[in-house]
Amino acid sequence: MLAFLIRRLGQALVVMLVISFLSFSIQDELGDPLRELVGQSVSEETREKLRDEMGLNDPFLVQYWRFLGNAVRGDLGTSYFFKRPALEVILGKLPATIDLVIAATFWILLFSIPVGVFAAIRPDHWFSRVAMGLSILGISIPVFLTAIFLIYLFAVELGWLPSYGRGDTRMLFGGWETSLLTRDGLRHIFLPSISLASVILPLFVRMIRSEMMEVLEAEYIKFAWAKGLRKRRIWMLHAFKNTLLPVITVGGVQLGIMVAYTILTETVFQWPGMGFMFLEAIHRVDTPLIVAYLIVVGLIFVVTNTVVDIIYGLVNPMVNITGQRNEP
Amino acid sequence: MALLSVKNLGVEFELRTGTVAALRDVSFDLESGERIGIVGESGAGKSVCAFAILNLISKPGFISSGRIWFKGNDLASLDGESMRRIRGNEISMIFQDPMMTLNPVLTIGTQMVETIRTHHPVSLDDARNIAVEKLKAVRIPSPETRLEQYPHELSGGMRQRVVIAIALLSDPGIIIADEPTTALDVTIQAEILELLLTLCNDYHVGLILITHDLAVVSEVTQRILVMYAGRIIEQGTTREIIARPSHPYTEGLIGALPEKTTPGQPLNQIPGVMPSLQDIPSGCAFHNRCEFAAQRCRSDLPRPTDLESRSVACHFPIRD
Repeated sequence: MLAFLIRRLGQALVVMLVISFLSFSIQDELGDPLRELVGQSVSEETREKLRDEMGLNDPFLVQYWRFLGNAVRGDLGTSYFFKRPALEVILGKLPATIDLVIAATFWILLFSIPVGVFAAIRPDHWFSRVAMGLSILGISIPVFLTAIFLIYLFAVELGWLPSYGRGDTRMLFGGWETSLLTRDGLRHIFLPSISLASVILPLFVRMIRSEMMEVLEAEYIKFAWAKGLRKRRIWMLHAFKNTLLPVITVGGVQLGIMVAYTILTETVFQWPGMGFMFLEAIHRVDTPLIVAYLIVVGLIFVVTNTVVDIIYGLVNPMVNITGQRNEP
Repeated sequence: MALLSVKNLGVEFELRTGTVAALRDVSFDLESGERIGIVGESGAGKSVCAFAILNLISKPGFISSGRIWFKGNDLASLDGESMRRIRGNEISMIFQDPMMTLNPVLTIGTQMVETIRTHHPVSLDDARNIAVEKLKAVRIPSPETRLEQYPHELSGGMRQRVVIAIALLSDPGIIIADEPTTALDVTIQAEILELLLTLCNDYHVGLILITHDLAVVSEVTQRILVMYAGRIIEQGTTREIIARPSHPYTEGLIGALPEKTTPGQPLNQIPGVMPSLQDIPSGCAFHNRCEFAAQRCRSDLPRPTDLESRSVACHFPIRD
């Protein structure tokens, strides 16, 4: 287990290095930060002096090296707009985004497994056909359209649910605020989480269905029938456990990708998370915040992937993450 | 009365292009403790026959006619739950490729214990003891450790022994073995066959051995059914049929055995290929490959006829 973690940590470091390099290298292409920092009235000489002071005129690699040195100490630069450390700004927005991702994951797990499994067992049933049709629809409709439609229906026409904001939050340990523990917060997160899930959920349903249908054709499933086992056990244990393996690998990555989808959802619902913040940072050419965001999202991705690999190893007996050799 | 009596069994598959008969008018008996072999080329209907007996033909296939009498019940028309109680309990099956037969994510112990407990109300400990006992019977070393292992930790031969042990768990009356040695190394094939033979004798189990390998059948079985294009074309005692085949197809099969050829000479073979089930020729399905075919063979279907102690479906059976 330890060897596995050390190996993964090494890989993660390399990935993070590449991500940091790519994120850092786009900052020159985003426009002149001085234009946002100082007013129109400041002369070009003063601007040039400021650039020198901020180190913006140094060669790229020197700047990158300085950035890396600071990053290792937890300093990802200072946001031009907020005048606070970029990491601090992002961490302040992180809980809202995590709330959203957790709520969307909840919808995905709640519906994809039963619907996917049912559609695999009874592919000709009317419910399976309807579900498959809807899933194509869900995948094809962009998140922001789903979001706007949901707002129109539930907030504008029916007036059942709020259309923007986070609502009441409750403080957890370490200043972490969550909307998931208050009634008002849950009402607010309902529509955003459904729109966020609307693309990934149908993907999960289709994936579980097709993997399970393939597994149901396997010899060991025929053997399970020939052993006289009950249907429920064959489907829920013999077939489903094998279905899980590919679903975990692909699905885990999808959940990571969802962090990226939050940009759209948070913007439509004015959800005060880091996706919404990122879009604002782009408008303001807040370069340090943009770079810091990309690095934090990259880190979330790397961590998700590692967790997925560990879970995969626990489900699949053919993968041994404890470091012992596993041969016949 | 025979333990298993298959009468005029037919299996059809409903395809988009029309209905295809995979099994036609198949009749045979299996006495208690008897070992019979079903031989034929790929696609002759051997496996379909095996799955039909367990009522496990999956869609779009179905049993279209006939009866399968077993202990006073017709398995072809038995309800789902009663049929489930027979599968793996009174009639077990051994599959072809042991690498694919065991579930890769469940331990050997789980896969054995669940089989016992679905058929018998025994405790977990008792079930494990039965599992260990059967693993011993198939001569697997240190059976207690094996229960904790996953299939990928065992070799192919060991896995097939586990599959045989699973088939034996409930002391069944019949074991259907569908090409049990085809996927194994030649050296292990002999061991597994010998094991199967011994176990059938020791536990007094009837065996239906499905294979394309006549050598295998002649070592293990007492009677042979030869299948061609979904029908049984010849059946009788193994010794007689191997020594004096009556149907030209059977003769061709036996003549194609490597040991019937002088070393260095090309192997004998039956010219042509078996027709696909979609376009079986009229009359005798074998007529366009048969050297003795006459006009009558092209128009009239030969019915199984008793010839001394055997039954042959041929207008012009070979006589000495």
